[in-house]
Amino acid sequence: MKEIVFYILAAAILVGGLLAVTSRRIFRAAVYLLFSLIGIAGLYFYLNYEFIGAVQIVVYVGGIIVLMLFSIFLTQGSGEDMKKPLLGRVIFSALAAIFGCGLVMSFINGHEFTYSAKPALDPSAENIGFQMLNTAQYGYILPFEVVSMLLLASMIACIVIAIKIKVPAHAILPDNPRYHDDIDLPKELVLEENEVVA
Amino acid sequence: MNNIGLTHILFISCGLFFIGIYGFLTRRNLITMLMSIELILNSVNINFVAFNKFLWADKLDGLFFSLFNITIAAAEAAVAIAIIINLYRHYKSIDVEVTDTMKF
Repeated sequence: MKEIVFYILAAAILVGGLLAVTSRRIFRAAVYLLFSLIGIAGLYFYLNYEFIGAVQIVVYVGGIIVLMLFSIFLTQGSGEDMKKPLLGRVIFSALAAIFGCGLVMSFINGHEFTYSAKPALDPSAENIGFQMLNTAQYGYILPFEVVSMLLLASMIACIVIAIKIKVPAHAILPDNPRYHDDIDLPKELVLEENEVVA
Repeated sequence: MNNIGLTHILFISCGLFFIGIYGFLTRRNLITMLMSIELILNSVNINFVAFNKFLWADKLDGLFFSLFNITIAAAEAAVAIAIIINLYRHYKSIDVEVTDTMKF
């Protein structure tokens, strides 16, 4: 019974991933990626790691996929199909992927893993939280704080990058030493050569 | 009965990794390239969790690496999408053949 569940999850992950990278409709590619990520969350649940499965669903399915769908609608929309990739590129990429996959799989197949005999630690939210916020040895408080700073920095960076810039006055006057002609101006702001600004 | 071992899960993550590589090499649209990167990152997460489960079940270190990976992947996706939206404002396209300068 457990094997059947495992193979269903494996099929969901691999078929979803394959369709996500080959579908020519960008919206469908995002939805196939969603199935693949849900399959991965199911794999975590299958391994009895409930906490990380829940994190996978919350962050990826609830966050990143929704962000991608929004960005699809904010940019090109879901209208037309994407262009077909060049045949030569497809052939060589597929060959590289297949041979790399075969190489790594042969390594995995030939390797003898030594399984640990120690008693398993329960991966419950209690144990995870205790070790993550622990300042003693093997505690993860420092990476936790660093990641929180990274999230703050990336949030500010997103706002700075994606915000629409209001054009400052010196940008539209060619005489100004700080004038910079790379900024995209709305048409009504571009002045003629001899026009005088009050 | 339960003959699903570490090797099976490593096969899945290996397949997923190279599917992501294939997509990254063939796609020419920035958002779909980002999707391929997400697949690659997820295959790495599966590896960490599987090694933790089967080889070092007395510790939780692989789990923590996966958790931090997921966090950083979320930050990366958010910044990448902000950049993509900004590029789309300039070039009216998110094709990598068109967006070939990084001038802001």
